[in-house]
Amino acid sequence: MGDSTDGVTLIIISGDMDKVIAAFSIAIGAAASGKETGMFFTFWGLKAIQKGNLTGKSFFGSMMGLMNRGGINRIGPSRFNFWGIGRWMFNQMMKAHKITPLEELRKVAIELGVKLIPCEMSMEVMEIKREDLIDEVSDSCGVATMLELAYRSKVTLFI
Amino acid sequence: MSGETGVNLTLNLEGLLCPIPVVKVSKAIKELPIGGVLEATATDPGVLADIPAWARTTGNEVVKIEREGKLVRFSLRRLK
Repeated sequence: MGDSTDGVTLIIISGDMDKVIAAFSIAIGAAASGKETGMFFTFWGLKAIQKGNLTGKSFFGSMMGLMNRGGINRIGPSRFNFWGIGRWMFNQMMKAHKITPLEELRKVAIELGVKLIPCEMSMEVMEIKREDLIDEVSDSCGVATMLELAYRSKVTLFI
Repeated sequence: MSGETGVNLTLNLEGLLCPIPVVKVSKAIKELPIGGVLEATATDPGVLADIPAWARTTGNEVVKIEREGKLVRFSLRRLK
């Protein structure tokens, strides 16, 4: 990030489709208004920037990777998911209303220069490696870097 | 380039929903010189509020914004 003082920082802890759609929409709106925008992905939020392969090395880590598999097209809505049926239904409804699909939203955000920042600690705990994340993400970092972005922002949201 | 009041660029945003109209407008306006005018049509009624808000945030001018049935027609002048 540069040295602007009116940026937008989003902290995404949720891995739910609806919340991630909202997060990317806000980020895109901010970036399109010329604001420096950063998205900090932690815990379940990491799913939105994972490639979608299986992750984990230890027994628990691999179980986590299997049961909480990442990838932007694999995440479901926070309500009425019903083991993936809800996600399918949501996608059909979004298509019918010509809403931009989530993966496309992420692409637009990247094009507009939104920084996608993974949380190092969550990656460690959940055994998610850098190569499990999409190429466009920045270097992983911790709370001090996230706060530095937030201090320079006028809007900081925790999603 | 047409004169100061003429339209320099037109944009079709019909069928597009939030947040895409704002993205397309922000990209298109950069192609204009300062003082240039962008005219666009959209079908998302959200742009009636969103385009003036975007213009206030970015310091550009809404020349006009009006509804014609299901269509919203607006023009913006690049000031920055």
